[in-house]
Amino acid sequence: MIRDITLGQYIPGKSFIHRLAPRVKIILTFVYIVFIFVASNFEGLLTMSVLILGILLLSGVPLSQYFKSLKAILFVVIFTSVLNLFYGGGNVLWSWGFIQITSGGVANAVFVTIRIISLILFSSVLTFTTSPTELTDALERIMKPLKLLHVKVHEIAMMMTIALRFVPTLLEETDKIMSAQKARGADMESGGLMQRIRALIPILIPLFVSSFRRAYDLAMAMECRCYHGGEGRTKMKVLHATSLDAVAVVVSLVVCAAVVACNLYFPAVLH
Amino acid sequence: MDYINAENITFSYDEPEAAERHEVLRGVSLGIRKGEFVALLGHNGSGKSTIAKTFNAMLLPSGGKVYVDKMDTQDESVLYEIRRRVGLVLQNPDNQLVASVVEEDVAFGPENLGVPPEEIRRRVDEALKAVEMYDFRLNAPYKLSGGQKQRIAIAGIIAMQPDCIVLDEPTAMLDPRGRTEVLDTLHKLNKEKGITIVLITHYMDEAVQAGRVIVMDSGRILTEGTPEEVFSQVELLKKHHLDVPQATELAYRLKASGFDLPGCPLTIEECVAALEPLLKKATVGEAYGDH
Repeated sequence: MIRDITLGQYIPGKSFIHRLAPRVKIILTFVYIVFIFVASNFEGLLTMSVLILGILLLSGVPLSQYFKSLKAILFVVIFTSVLNLFYGGGNVLWSWGFIQITSGGVANAVFVTIRIISLILFSSVLTFTTSPTELTDALERIMKPLKLLHVKVHEIAMMMTIALRFVPTLLEETDKIMSAQKARGADMESGGLMQRIRALIPILIPLFVSSFRRAYDLAMAMECRCYHGGEGRTKMKVLHATSLDAVAVVVSLVVCAAVVACNLYFPAVLH
Repeated sequence: MDYINAENITFSYDEPEAAERHEVLRGVSLGIRKGEFVALLGHNGSGKSTIAKTFNAMLLPSGGKVYVDKMDTQDESVLYEIRRRVGLVLQNPDNQLVASVVEEDVAFGPENLGVPPEEIRRRVDEALKAVEMYDFRLNAPYKLSGGQKQRIAIAGIIAMQPDCIVLDEPTAMLDPRGRTEVLDTLHKLNKEKGITIVLITHYMDEAVQAGRVIVMDSGRILTEGTPEEVFSQVELLKKHHLDVPQATELAYRLKASGFDLPGCPLTIEECVAALEPLLKKATVGEAYGDH
């Protein structure tokens, strides 16, 4: 049961989006997210939404997967849209005591909801179509300039790789420890919040101890395989940008320009 | 001079100034020849794992010297050359895989050595084929069985093109099937690629298959020789609470109770061959007795 949790949720495939260079995907996702917030009216946001829809269909990932990731943040969406309902001016549509809902409020709520949903969909596309190793490799390349500021870029990327590699291993271990503690009579399902948190201690302590042991073993195995940091290291997979990436960049530029144009010609929704 | 030479090495995990120093190795000298298949036997705490780690400069001996292909393991300038030539595979297959994809894990070693990308690709494919895991190259390691994971770990070493692989109880955490897979792979690598194998184990049936067996006890070499030479010394091994293969044990007990058995059987097949004439004679005798 606990093993079903997958981090990154990479869904292998050969679609246009899958084949884009990971570096390009990360940067474009970042740009899109910025532009979701740059768009200040429905026209601009609509342009972004069309782009998302196109990307979703191109990704070849079943749409149900995207719904699943939206379901996870359903609460956040409802919470923020309800809060926004009470902001903004315009005609009063409904009032009860000092609480009143205005047309501006409704527009705000819808606007913010679309923003959040777009945000989630864009980041989902990235994690669904890019393998964790591709992601960390690409991040290492993107962050390379930070080396000048003495940021240990290679070490950070290596830590991410190892963390991702050990997520399933540690989940499996947690499962085992939980069963072992239950077999000894540990009660993890009943009692109040504090009691349940306290019940986690007999799981966390063995988990920590074994993680340190694993870390020691792994460090030794890495040294045995001549690991000595990023210096002089090569990569088996060299990431090349292709003409597909050029197409993606051009399309993105057009969309971003359209968003800016919408901002200039139409009035903003949020004040 | 042998490929790996340990000259009178001592080792202690305690601080040099510690009042009570527990010596894990107390003067061990041994040589591993190129192309050999050596099994290193011993109890927990006999120093067998420690000595393995001195072979690729993971540990440096407190006294004495270890040479790998005439290179001193204390010489830091040849450290990576030594580790490339002598690969070490550890017990827990889960803890020695670095990447989330099999082929990327195998590439880890050559990547560290700065091998060009096309050459890494070639080596990774070759190494995965050598351990018969090529079809799993795009799998996630956590979905594989213990034996498969351990073979990936071995492939990760092979991709560095070593002369020698030292394995520290590689089968201790595996099921019988995984053990057979790993052992078969090692024998294949030894025969086909001429890679020197040093197998540390406490399974007697694994040691029997080796070309040479070295038995360690309390930081010293107890005895060494061909499997037959070693396991024929049943009394010596028993005195040090070490097991002998079951076939050898059976023959030893039969001999002790006065039965005439030739040689020292090590495997079940040899044991059957040795017992057959004895059993036939017994049934024939019995048949005569009836009439």
